[in-house]
Amino acid sequence: MNEVKDSATTITFARPQAFSDMVTHYCPGCTHGIIHRLVAETIDELNIRERTVGVAPVGCSVLIYNYFNVDFLESPHGRAPALATGLKRVSPELIVFTYQGDGDLASIGLSEIVHAANRGEKFTTIFVNNAIYGMTGGQMAPTTMPGQVTSTSPYGRNVEEAGWPMRICELLSTLRTPGYIERVAVHTPQNIVRTKKAIRTAFQNQIDRRCFSLIEVLSTCPTNWGLTPCEATNWVQTNMSPYYPLGVFKKPEPRIEV
Amino acid sequence: MTRILMKGNEAIAEAAIRAGGVHYFAYPITPQSEVGEYLAKRLPEVGGVFVQAESEVAVGNMLFGAASTGKRVFTSSSSPGVSLMQEAISYMAGAQLPVVIINIMRGGPGLGGILPAQSDYFQSTKGGGHGDYRLLVLAPASVQEAVDLTMLGFHLADKYRNPVLVIGDGMIGQMMEPVEFPDKYDEPALPAKDWAITGAKGRKPLITKSLFLDPYALEQNNIVIHAKYEQMKANEIRFELYKVSAKNRMLIVSYGTMARICQTVIDDLEREGVSIGLLRPISLWPFPEMQIRTEAAKPNIERVLTVEMSMGQMVEDVDKAVQGKKPVDFFGRTGGIVPAPEEVRERILKLLDGKMAK
Amino acid sequence: MPGVIIDKNYCKGCELCVKACPQKILSMSKDITMRGYFYALMHDPSRCIGCQLCAITCPDAAITVKMHGTRFVLYEY
Repeated sequence: MNEVKDSATTITFARPQAFSDMVTHYCPGCTHGIIHRLVAETIDELNIRERTVGVAPVGCSVLIYNYFNVDFLESPHGRAPALATGLKRVSPELIVFTYQGDGDLASIGLSEIVHAANRGEKFTTIFVNNAIYGMTGGQMAPTTMPGQVTSTSPYGRNVEEAGWPMRICELLSTLRTPGYIERVAVHTPQNIVRTKKAIRTAFQNQIDRRCFSLIEVLSTCPTNWGLTPCEATNWVQTNMSPYYPLGVFKKPEPRIEV
Repeated sequence: MTRILMKGNEAIAEAAIRAGGVHYFAYPITPQSEVGEYLAKRLPEVGGVFVQAESEVAVGNMLFGAASTGKRVFTSSSSPGVSLMQEAISYMAGAQLPVVIINIMRGGPGLGGILPAQSDYFQSTKGGGHGDYRLLVLAPASVQEAVDLTMLGFHLADKYRNPVLVIGDGMIGQMMEPVEFPDKYDEPALPAKDWAITGAKGRKPLITKSLFLDPYALEQNNIVIHAKYEQMKANEIRFELYKVSAKNRMLIVSYGTMARICQTVIDDLEREGVSIGLLRPISLWPFPEMQIRTEAAKPNIERVLTVEMSMGQMVEDVDKAVQGKKPVDFFGRTGGIVPAPEEVRERILKLLDGKMAK
Repeated sequence: MPGVIIDKNYCKGCELCVKACPQKILSMSKDITMRGYFYALMHDPSRCIGCQLCAITCPDAAITVKMHGTRFVLYEY
């Protein structure tokens, strides 16, 4: 802990510049907002706003392009990694990131994310896992927990029929192609600080043209979980993080300085 | 300009490069895999991007991402593969992105076969994807024309900010014919691409999207897009007349390889004193409807015959064009069977002496 | 003395900041904003230690933190 003596009043925390000044459409307490802010802060701190391009998914964060002062593409459901591949390949100087939910990435778009990671595409993916389809009204997602009640698993997810929730970080980390895969969460300030470091590492990997990076962020959905925002953060702690262990699953090999 | 004997697929690939199309995303599929194989060697030589995607679904979406930068991008595939790209094509039309898609058609439906066919006419001209959109569809009848139309396709895609489809049946891709490539592809000037995604440096951020939750905004987007289609109808109708004269007793409407076979039949029958004319659509959309109407209305024309390598798809548009003024007949083979001239000839003669009235 | 400013226009009354504040000096308003939400209030600025946890946990970036005088940097953010 160090002390800093400010002579004049200084603002130590404010809305990031890469953030637009719009009020988001997200439900109160939805942690999409936190993750958005962390990405925006990272873009500011790395000073890459003018060459960053986001690829929006289909889902609650489909309107993400309204909340950032960066160029954006709107992708069909699940296809953001393919758009990002095309974009990054023809314009490698751009910093490209996809922002996707669990329905978008783990369900319809699983082939796209697996192959983008396996080709080692040099873009960054922010994967928000809230164990449910939010935008369409709370249906079961590939990441929905066993026994979790949703509008399409009204008796609770039956793993005998719907299988067990998918662990994307573990799945992608089996690929031999170098990459950076980490799972974090944003249900407590301490976790939020760690998430920011992870997002920063992921974007730095891209700036250094190092490897593909994916950060899975455990997130909340108060509305469709039927919980208050504070209860929802507790639910992540008690239910989700035991099943989805946090941590770094894969790191690129150390660069051999030639 | 040197003439080289070249396979259709490879000629199309080289043509794209000559038109500045050096970014290619594709997936292997017979009968057009040689396009990708050729480009896998050539594109690195010209500083282009070559990506073999995991599926045509991914191909369509890689095209969207790449095309949003304003750079010339393209793909080639065949019927089932093009079916998988339909969602992305609809998105690119909605977001007004220029892209060239080459479809070397094979027999359908389903897995169908790998021999030549023209059974993707509906998919190409009536929109295989969802929503109000059109594709500019060009149909070459020779390897040289495939080269020319591929290059033209890049220009038109940029001119109208819309996907362009170049469709040839399997023979166009598989046969070898002498071709010439222009030394320099000089094309009319195009407007600046102020819509291109380059990073929000010195300007407000740009959003390339087809999502308009506000219905008035979505309708407005459709109106803007449809104004382009009206422009295409006014400026981009292309067709060829073959031996059309006042002596003709019948007008044939046929495109691609099928039209060349009809030309052989027309020449033979001409020697036997039976005069037949051919109108060959080169742009399948915008369709030369008025031109067909005018030719069919001429008093000397007794019947109009549409000949396709399908169960009859373009015939519906020909029927619409002729507006019932003359009987419109259809002859076609499918499954990958390319009708022999004798078959077409036999059908024409039967139709003309009335034995096979509609 | 640190100052926490909560912008009523952005606050959706989710209460995450109230839960996050180690000093327990944030609470919810009794009246509602034009958008129909209760909003968070700082009810005892004198005990604010400037840790910024409220701002960090706010999903709507509604909180700005100002500092004057000695500031303790408790963690890297």
